This record gives sequence, structure tokens and C-alpha cells, in this order.
Amino acid sequence: MGILDSKVPKGPLANKWTQHKNDINLVNPANKRNIDIIVVGTGLAGGSAAATLAELGYNVKTFCYQDSPRRAHSIAAQGGINAAKNYQGDGDSAYRLFYDTIKGGDYRSREANVYRLAEESANIIDQCVAQGVPFAREYGGLLDNRSFGGVLVSRTFYAKGQTGQQLLLGAYAAMNRQINRGKIKAYNRHEMMDLVLVDGKARGIIARNLVTGEIERHSAHAVVLATGGYGNVFFLSTNAMGSNVMAAWRAHRRGAFFANPCFTQIHPTCIPVSGDHQSKLTLMSESLRNDGRIWVPKRIDDAIAIREGRLKPVQLKEEDRDYYLERRYPAFGNLVPRDVASRAAKERCDAGFGVNKTGEAVYLDFASAIQRYGKEEALTHGIKNPDEKEITRLGKKVIEAKYGNLFQMYEKIVDENPYETPMMIYPAVHYTMGGLWVDYNLQTTIEGCYCAGEANFSDHGANRLGASALMQGLADGYFVLPYTIGDYLSKDIRTGAIPTDLPEFEASEAAVKERLQKLMSGSGQHSVDYYHKKLGKIMWDKCGMARNAKGLQEAIVEIAALRADFWENVKIPGKADGMNQELEKAGRVADFLELGELFAKDALTRNESCGGHFREEYQTPEGEALRDDENFKFVSAWEYKGEPKDAVLHKEELVYENIELKTRSYK
Amino acid sequence: MKLNLKIWRQKDAKTKGELVDYTLKGIEGDMSFLEMLDVLNEQLINKGEEPVQFDHDCREGICGACSLQINGEPHGPDRLVTTCQLHMRKFNDGDTIVIEPFRATAFPVITDLVVDRSAFDRIQQAGGYISVNTSGNTVDANAIPINKHDADEAMDAATCIGCGACVAACKNASAMLFTSAKVSQFALLPQGRVEAVDRVQNMVRQMDLEGFGNCTNTGACEVECPKGISLKNIARMNREYLSASVKG
Repeated sequence: MGILDSKVPKGPLANKWTQHKNDINLVNPANKRNIDIIVVGTGLAGGSAAATLAELGYNVKTFCYQDSPRRAHSIAAQGGINAAKNYQGDGDSAYRLFYDTIKGGDYRSREANVYRLAEESANIIDQCVAQGVPFAREYGGLLDNRSFGGVLVSRTFYAKGQTGQQLLLGAYAAMNRQINRGKIKAYNRHEMMDLVLVDGKARGIIARNLVTGEIERHSAHAVVLATGGYGNVFFLSTNAMGSNVMAAWRAHRRGAFFANPCFTQIHPTCIPVSGDHQSKLTLMSESLRNDGRIWVPKRIDDAIAIREGRLKPVQLKEEDRDYYLERRYPAFGNLVPRDVASRAAKERCDAGFGVNKTGEAVYLDFASAIQRYGKEEALTHGIKNPDEKEITRLGKKVIEAKYGNLFQMYEKIVDENPYETPMMIYPAVHYTMGGLWVDYNLQTTIEGCYCAGEANFSDHGANRLGASALMQGLADGYFVLPYTIGDYLSKDIRTGAIPTDLPEFEASEAAVKERLQKLMSGSGQHSVDYYHKKLGKIMWDKCGMARNAKGLQEAIVEIAALRADFWENVKIPGKADGMNQELEKAGRVADFLELGELFAKDALTRNESCGGHFREEYQTPEGEALRDDENFKFVSAWEYKGEPKDAVLHKEELVYENIELKTRSYK
Repeated sequence: MKLNLKIWRQKDAKTKGELVDYTLKGIEGDMSFLEMLDVLNEQLINKGEEPVQFDHDCREGICGACSLQINGEPHGPDRLVTTCQLHMRKFNDGDTIVIEPFRATAFPVITDLVVDRSAFDRIQQAGGYISVNTSGNTVDANAIPINKHDADEAMDAATCIGCGACVAACKNASAMLFTSAKVSQFALLPQGRVEAVDRVQNMVRQMDLEGFGNCTNTGACEVECPKGISLKNIARMNREYLSASVKG
């Protein structure tokens, strides 16, 4: 089990990172010029890592499947980014952010990593402001904050409902500066097809040029994977259509352990599914829970009447509504963490209280916030005795300033005006906490292969708190990886350029070509989407918000059978030597068909409920998650051994020296 | 509903393209425009034909990947939406819909409805950034207060998604709205003023090199922009450019 050395530095928690930075080896600026690094993925983690590594002097090659690095899916993050700045003077600190994150993750993340993240968080805001990221400001000209779920302070910085976009464009701009200097060479519309190992070390990748179909070899002294999460294994998710697990999975097949695959976040506030044609789901930012109140009718008759269109939600009196989060969790109310809010919505809908035609939706209501803000505005603007209409008008203006773009998006999709009638929402797959196992230095179990951002498993345990994904992506990319990778590369200063004609590159390229050939030669029964939808349904029904042993066992069998069918009968029109979007999808779905099985196997192995992993057999009488610290206080890291069913489990015991393990309570 | 589609099919950059007719039934109002194309593609694949290729990714109006000239308008008839957020309820049963790629010399067609918009990346590389190192150790974020009005206006400019609708809408295929949005964002912020002179000159030079046309103030770009980027940004860029030319 020596492979799973987390390499957490010794010493007190608060000193570990500083001490580590003092202890690790550095690379002389002149030598950096002779070292090449490949960064796959150009979202917040990859983009920021590429920019910083290039700025330090390394030669960087970036790869993304999109036509521009600016389109990576970090761009869609809406609500904000956490940082322990304590600008609001509400008692925030690095320790509190650390504590909230560990607790929010249901005590399944590594203390030292999370503390480092909390420590670096403030630096991110300074950095981004210096880059010209237009965060929201107050009238005094200083930065504004809002609250997110699972915390009792306001530490979230935001740029309207487009925070991810602004942060990504910041990282993209930093990349552009380095591209202009010739320090980054960007390979857009390229997909990583395999990781190349030479003498056990990651020394390059095989990529497919998605325009010409050419298979290319690229070498480097180290490879950074920052390719995001695998939520699309569910087919329907809030991920982009192209988001995939291929790079991480290819590395897994080459020896990188895959950690906690079953830890998936189902986000409580997404626009409900409208029909079978649905291709993806749209998130409504968690920030809406600052002002929106979640409810369903108290009486089942009312719920039925609403579903049948006989009753409108605004007609339902206050006392006939069940604000179930406020009822069940008075301390955190509508701002409980995501896993808790999602399960509570499912519980109400399963009990028959759902409010749309499919019975899978609850209300998110802004009426009382509009009233509250309206009155406040009237006061501050010196309007005496405002009437109801005036208050509503003023209140709507405040809501529009805060969430205007989200409301517009909702109206375009659902064709209802959320200022007049409550939004309908339902949980959807959003983020994956699991990912490639990494040590404290963000190195995977393959030497020289690093992993950053959502693609790794490290910081969010079994549930991620809102506004923490952006924080982790940028902390990893700007401030952690550029240091830790230097320690590894310091041994490579005499290596010289890695040639691409080594037998390892030959073999890897041949394997990639053979796989593509195999995909193209399916018997042609069904499209790629046919298989992807089938996989998604198995995942959602049996590995979704609630899981049980029987369902998981079935899922394992069904996914394996579906995978065999896929390789036999998939239909991919066109050719491999040119742009072929069906072939791109096929490669990604093929990997999801392996990952999905490992996911189910991981969920079946973890006989406890924690965070987003809810096993029906393990719950309290009140229906809350029942964690088992005695037997499952570990990270599951799976080693590839051929078929997913043969994967071997390695455990990294989690050590809590600074935090006392408690039952999570948001009551 | 039943639709008659006329879709631009083009094998690759070298081959000549043409509009091809397709009839599609069973389309619902709740489908997005791209989901309608998914339905078409599923049918084509099952018939053994090659599906229509088009750029798309986030399908929530923010990544800027989707494009399409729909009945002559970039992103179609609805306002303030990208094609992925355009819903079929905006169309009627029996409609004929013409679907083409964004057309501009600087956006060559790769295949079908997919165009190459890397010219936009190169404009940004020429100066769309603030030259600050990313290793941290900058001043505290609250050290420089910024007037809320300016910050909000910078944010409005910064919401550009780089889709290229402005270019496709313009009879001159001008990229002024796109370029000016970035120039404006930084011109409005104190952090960006330091390099303002070089930035505007370098970005405009690259824009011209890429073969985009000039602005003749028709305002079509603003009307078609899915993010509502204002023409004011072009005015601001012109001011910045003029003052930069004077300063040399």
C-alpha cells in the first residue's frame, strides 16, 4: 500500500504549506527554458496552471477539445467564488473556511489539502482583481459578498450570475499573454486519446486533431490533467455536452488510481426535465437560495390540483405551503448544503407533492424577497407610504439587479415569468467530487502525471459546498501546482527534450488507432446517443440520489452488458480522417461505460451514507445520512486491472488531527 | 410541429457547399433549436447518412460555441439568446427554416455549420489582458476602490461570449463590437489604464490583419448580440484609439 503515500508534510496544520514550499526543490530559471509541460484542459485549473507555468519560464503546450480555451465549462459556473477575506467582518477566517469545507464534505476529505485551499483563497481574489476581473462592488467601491449554502458567513465573491465566466476569461487572458510571448502553444480542437509512459513516468500524450482527424504525438517532462468532472456519465447533467472523462480515464488505464468515483453532487436547483428530447439540464445558481424560499403544497390535493393545472401556486395561501427546508433545518433553512437540499426535494416529490406535470419539481419562490427588498428600497429612497404596487416594483428591481440573467435564462427555457410566479426546480447531476487520486503535491500514482481542479478528488470529500469549485480550480492552478511540480521537475534539468519516436509513443499511437478503427467498425445498429441515454438511465435510477445494494448490483451487470453491446453494435457514420463529431462522442461514451461500472462498484463497497452518497440501508430514523467513521473513514482509490469488475481497492485512511468528527447537523 | 429545413452542407473547407432540404416531424415547442437538430441527426444516422455537424457545448448560452445563421439572423429570431437557448416555440408548424454557418472571410467554414473563429483568439492574444503575473502577491483586492458605475459598466462589456454573432450580423463582417468589448472592460478599470495605449493599438491592428471589415455604424451587431453588448463600446474604443494615436 506504499503507493498511496499522501505526502502530507509534518508539522502544525497552519504551517504545513509554508514549510513545504520552503522545503521543496526549485528549478533555476535558465533550466526552466529546457523543460516542457503538457496541460490538458483549459478551464480554471488548466488555464491558470498553464499561464503560471509559462510565466515561470517552462514551455507549455495546452490542449482542449473546444475551439478556444475560453469555452471550457468553468465558464458556466454562476454563483461565485469563496474566499476567507472577512471583508464583511462577520467572523470569517481561513480556519472557518477550512472547517466548513471539511464538515460540508461530510468528513471525507484530507485536512491538509483543505487547509491549504482555505489559506490560498484570499490570494485568488487579489490576483483576479489585479487581472481586471469585474467582481460586484458596493457603492463605496469595495467588493461585495453574498452567502452560499452550508455556511454562516458571507464570503462569496461574484460577478453577477457569471462568476465562472469572468474568472475563466481572466485565466484565458493570462494564457493569451503567454501565447503572445510564445511560451504557450495552444492546441485547440484537440483531444487527448492516451497518456504515454516512458520508464514509468508520464512523458507525453497522444492527441487527435478534431479537425483533420490526425493522430499526433506530443512529448513533455510532465503532464497535467485538468479535464474536469465526469457528470455526463448520467447523460443528463449540467455539464457541457462535450465534458468527458477520457483524459482521466486513459490515465487511469495507464496506472493512475481513480478515487471515490461514487461521490457525485446532485445540485438541488436545476430546471426540471421537460421531455424525452432533453439533451442537458440547466442550473439555477445556488445564490438564488439567498433570497428564494423552497416549498411544496402542504396538502396532497393541492399538489394534484397544481399538477393538473386547476390551481396556480400564487393562489395557495401562506398557511397551505410547506417550506420544508425551513421546517426541517431551522438553523440553515434554505441554505443547507446541496446534498441535504436535494434529498429533501426528492423526499417531498417521492411522497407525491411534486408540482409539475412529471411530479418532479418543487417551487423556489421570490415573492417574500421582493416584498422585503421593496420596503427597504422605499425606505432608503425616502418614499413615504408606498403602496403594494410600488413596493413590488422596487423589490423586483433589486431582484433583477442581483439575478437578472438567471431569471431571463429561466424565462427563455420554461416560458414562465419567475418575477410573477415561483420558479420550478429539481435536483440534477452537477459536479463530481471523485476523480484521479492525487497526493499533497497533486501528483497522481503515475510519476510526472499531475491532476488539478474537478478532475482530481482531493478537496471536497463526499459533498462540495457552493462556490468552492472555482476556488479549488484557481488555487490548484495559480498557486499550488506551479510550486509542487517544480520539485519533481528539478530532477529533469539534465534530461533534455523527450523524443517522440520512442517505442512507447509508437505503441501508444498504434493502440489509439486500433481503438478508433474498432469504434468505426461497429455493426451499425444504434447511435452513440442511444447507448449514452441508456447508460444515463441506469446511473440515475440506480446510482443517483439514493442507492441500495440491490440496485447497485443490478447496475454493475447492466452496464457491463451495455458496454459489450456498444462495442459490438454502435453506429458511427463518416470517416475517422476528418471532423467527425459522432466519433468524438463515441470515444467519450466508451469510457463512461467503463467508469459507470466502477462508480457502481465503489458505491456498493461503501456501506455507509455520507454527503452525496446516500445508501438507503444506512440512514437515521429522520432520514438523514448515517456515516460510519469506524469502517469507512478512508478514500477509496481504485487500481485498474482490465475490466472495471476486477479493479482493486486501495484505501487511504483519513487522519483528523485538527477537527473532531461529528454527525453533520444543519438543524 | 412539422418543419422544412434548408441546411448548409459542406464536406470540408475545400469542397463547395450547398443547401440541402430536410423535412422533420414531431418537433415540440419545449425543445431547444439544437435539440431539434439532435432529432434530425438521430434520424440521419439511423438512415445511414452523415449527421449535420455544428459547434455547441454548454447549451446554456454562456460558452459561445454555438453559432448558426437562422433565417438570415445570427442565433435566430429571438433576442438576447444564443442558438442553444432558442426554443422551437418561436416557430410555427409548417415553417421553412434556413440554417447556414456564420459567414465572414475571417471565419472560414471547416465543415457543414462549423466555422473557424480562431481569429478572435488572436485578437485577444494581441493585447486582451493586463500584464500582471499570476503568482499572487499582488495588492489587497480592496486596496483600490472602484466606482460602482464603472465596475458595472466594465462587467457589462466583459459579458461578451465571443460567439461571433456581431461579425455575422454585420454587412462589413466587422469585429468592432467584439474587440471593443474587451478594450472597454479594461479601459474602465484603473488596473487596465496602465497599458491602455498599447492595448487598443495592438488589438485593432490584429483585428485588421485578420480581414474583418470596418464599422459603418449600422448597429446590426448590437441588435443581434446575444449578450446585449452595447454600441457604446465601439464609441469608447474609437476614443481610446484616437487618444492612443495622439500619444503615439
